[in-house]
Amino acid sequence: MISTLRNQKTFESSTLDAVLNYLSGDRLLALTGNLARNVLVPMAAILVFLMLWKVGAQQVQTSLGELPGPDRVWEQSLALYDEHKAEREREAAFYDRMQVRIDKAIEAGKPAERIEKMQARRYTGTATFFDQIITSLLTVMTGFVIATMIAIPLGIMIGMSQTLYQAFNPIIQLFKPVSPLAWLPLVTMVVSAVYVSDDPWFSKSFLNSAITVTLCCLWPTIINTAVGVSGVNKDLLNVSRVLRLSWLTKTVKIILPSSLPMMFTGMRLSLGIGWMVLIAAEMLAQNPGLGKFVWDEFQNGSSNSLARIMVAVIAIGFIGFLLDRGMLMLQRAVSWDKSMVLR
Amino acid sequence: MNSYLNIDHVCITFPTDKGPLNVLNDVDLRVDESEFISLIGHSGCGKSTVLNIVAGLLQASEGGVLLENKEVREPGPDRAVVFQNHSLLPWLSVYDNVRLAVDQVFKRTKSKAERDAWTRHNLELVHMSHALDRKPDEISGGMKQRVGIARALAMEPKVLLMDEPFGALDSLTRTHMQDSLMEIQAELKNTVIMITHDVDEAVLLSDRIIMMTNGPSATIGEILHIDLERPRDRLALAEDPAYNHYRAEVVRFLHERHVGHGSKKQDEQQAPKADAQASVDSDDAAEPKAGLRLAG
Ligand SMILES: Nc1ncnc2c1ncn2[C@@H]1O[C@H](COP(=O)(O)OP(=O)(O)OP(=O)(O)O)[C@@H](O)[C@H]1O
Ligand SMILES: [Mg+2]
Repeated sequence: MISTLRNQKTFESSTLDAVLNYLSGDRLLALTGNLARNVLVPMAAILVFLMLWKVGAQQVQTSLGELPGPDRVWEQSLALYDEHKAEREREAAFYDRMQVRIDKAIEAGKPAERIEKMQARRYTGTATFFDQIITSLLTVMTGFVIATMIAIPLGIMIGMSQTLYQAFNPIIQLFKPVSPLAWLPLVTMVVSAVYVSDDPWFSKSFLNSAITVTLCCLWPTIINTAVGVSGVNKDLLNVSRVLRLSWLTKTVKIILPSSLPMMFTGMRLSLGIGWMVLIAAEMLAQNPGLGKFVWDEFQNGSSNSLARIMVAVIAIGFIGFLLDRGMLMLQRAVSWDKSMVLR
Repeated sequence: MNSYLNIDHVCITFPTDKGPLNVLNDVDLRVDESEFISLIGHSGCGKSTVLNIVAGLLQASEGGVLLENKEVREPGPDRAVVFQNHSLLPWLSVYDNVRLAVDQVFKRTKSKAERDAWTRHNLELVHMSHALDRKPDEISGGMKQRVGIARALAMEPKVLLMDEPFGALDSLTRTHMQDSLMEIQAELKNTVIMITHDVDEAVLLSDRIIMMTNGPSATIGEILHIDLERPRDRLALAEDPAYNHYRAEVVRFLHERHVGHGSKKQDEQQAPKADAQASVDSDDAAEPKAGLRLAG
């Protein structure tokens, strides 16, 4: 009863406030103020950036010609899209042709083996820019998921046990600062030695990249999870002692929810690092993906190469941004600590 | 010694960087069933430590705690604790916070429906039924403390331990909470040990006030019996000479401890006429020289 009354009161006053504000013109001002801050300011900044880029790029002469400005980069991104569409059309045409031949073969009563062989034939075109994006995304996700599946249980155990912490801490501290690219040769050698199969699920290059990503995604998640788990509020642990919660209930009801935000902080860091490392690894190892695209264009050295590399750079940045936003949304969703500022 | 709760010659020494620190020295107290005890004393003297030993969260170095003649060795729901900062799980709703305790304590003895009803009943008791689905972040400090109390009451503890339960609240909310607590206490007749810094709160709620000497090696300085009729009404009591006498006694004790004088000095202004039936226990368990030693 009281609460409904109170609700009504606030409702009335806020409506009144709004009307008054509106009448006094405050509201309009506030609205335009918000618009200016949220849209106009970033727009202006981007515009200035594009202008500086355009002017600056004209000053730089490379062996492949003038450094491309925003207009040429835009042009090339359209060109890359056209190439992608053309490639897809070629692919569709190939399968159409195959289907016709298969139908003919069936009509002619050719043996089943030969028809199967024909059906099994796959189109082997060149990977377009967009194919490379998909490959990179799949790779980073695979590496990230593997890393998370290892790092979270490990982090929980390390956070809960002082002994395990003592045991793992030197190892983590030693490997954390290693550039993941230093792992790449080792990973490549180990994968080619260990992963021998006639009918592989994944290509070796995919595994190499994914494992490299895993190796650098591990540490932030392990460390943040362990910190989150060991930092559970002591009073809450005392509550669990007073209630005599079993180990399992304590873990599920108190320790995990309490450290969830920290886990996600770690995972977000991991994914960001993983994405950066993946591009470098692909360049270095010539593994399919955006990194290879950049490297190929660099080797190619046509007059359009620099503009195309810039398209790739922007795409890499944009995808990285989207991945980070996605993780941020997850982080917000699981965060019980509303006072924590997440950005 | 067949008292309900027996805090038997408890000493505790913590190892610290600067060598062992003797925080409590020979704290000895017997508490009857459904008695309301307040612990009062200067900050850092060891009140929380006493409470934590009774709760089983800390182990006494010497002596021990007996509840119904059984030694307390570990924490348990029969000695429910209301923590100073409420200690609700922030990711659970008000209902779920209490339900977690109910499920744990009554998992064998009550059916699911009974546990649900019991959870709601206890939240009803502290007037929180309107906010069952809210998260601790979404309710006020006083409401959080109410839920903390409901959670502790729901365990049906033999002894309810409260560490400055209303310390973080504004005085108006605190007044409400004290009245609520008196109502609940009149109904349930729990055995309660409460730590407080608030003299009025101590006198209003307690049957006995335990005044502790300053640390280190703190012990019980004086014990004050509060013989006021229940139910007690704060407005009526404000004029009551007995009430004011008790109040003055506690203030005098705390003041002397603070200044560091021995307990001999009597301030006439603060200790009024003989008509107050109060008597300050010159408690035999406490060491008489405690005050002097602290002064040094
Ligand atoms: N685990 C510990 N290790 C070392 N010293 C401790 C420990 N716990 C408490 N102490 C010391 O014991 C003394 C009493 O602490 P306690 O928390 O019981 O005081 P308190 O009377 O509850 O104070 P307050 O009124 O401020 O809450 C303090 O001096 C504190 O530094
Ligand atoms: Mg304390």
